[in-house]
Amino acid sequence: MSVEPLPILTYPDERLKTVCEPVEQFDPELREFAEHLQHTADQGPSAVGIAAPQVGRLQRLCLVDATRAKRPVDNHGPLVLINPTITDWKGFAVGREGCLSIPDYTGKVIRAETIELTAQDIEGRTVTFKMKGFEARIAQHEIDHLDGILFLDRLVSRHADLRQR
Amino acid sequence: MTQPWLLLTLVGADRPGIVAQVTRVLYGVGAELGEAAMMRLGNQFAIMMMVRGAGGTEEVAGLLESTRVDFHLKLHVDPIDASLHQHREPDVSIIVHGADRSGIVSEVTAALLEAGMNILDLRSDVGGSEDKPIYIMQIDGETTAGIEPIEKCVAQLAGQGLTVRVTPLETMRG
Repeated sequence: MSVEPLPILTYPDERLKTVCEPVEQFDPELREFAEHLQHTADQGPSAVGIAAPQVGRLQRLCLVDATRAKRPVDNHGPLVLINPTITDWKGFAVGREGCLSIPDYTGKVIRAETIELTAQDIEGRTVTFKMKGFEARIAQHEIDHLDGILFLDRLVSRHADLRQR
Repeated sequence: MTQPWLLLTLVGADRPGIVAQVTRVLYGVGAELGEAAMMRLGNQFAIMMMVRGAGGTEEVAGLLESTRVDFHLKLHVDPIDASLHQHREPDVSIIVHGADRSGIVSEVTAALLEAGMNILDLRSDVGGSEDKPIYIMQIDGETTAGIEPIEKCVAQLAGQGLTVRVTPLETMRG
């Protein structure tokens, strides 16, 4: 893609603390935006996801791509999740997270180990996924962005133990 | 021109109010604080803080002299060649525990060094009871030769009466 990446908002930009609006229009512009968003994430340091509000579009759309994990993990391939809702949570695990919108800081966050979610794809079709481990963590991190929640809001003690994945 | 960072170290019997008093004095003269870590070791308070903008080592020590006396602290101020935004991400976490005995830290860290691990964070505790102490150590580090040498090294340590758990870490960034 030859277009410029979108500028990424960085904390403490208030837009990152906004509860985003649902996507209602599934049209070519939305598809183009999702591609542009992916292109933007590709420029960052090893990002495995990104959410629309991180580039100032306050709508419920995010990308999740666990295929980009350094070590292979269970995954559903690169996903565009629109209007996602987590419908079930099980277990918990501590893991280290960073964020394109919070440069030069990582911290430990507790997330559900497995989740089920419902969303719409880029065409507006309803999709459901059962995710676990790293992919579930990415989805929870990105869906948090759609509710104006950053991983900083969920930090736990830096000495919190990490469960074996 | 921005003044260079100094490393302020304070150690003494733990009492409420030390951090508040030290930072109040430094804030009062317009000092800038960088990264800091406080811990409590064996009933003692210890803190290390990056400080700049309050003069040189002697001036900072002078500013804190009454605090040092009030709280019966030991104080060091050293010039350091440091800067912010130099974080490194651990890619492995190791937890070691076993009956306390001399040599655990030395054996474990030497083995991990041999396996290509650079320690970024280490914390250890002695728990259990006076007559049956146990030693627990948590290490976060970065590997230079992958996880396999670390796992082999851990298997050898397990033969020496220690329980060692290795967890690969991957920072999720999105």
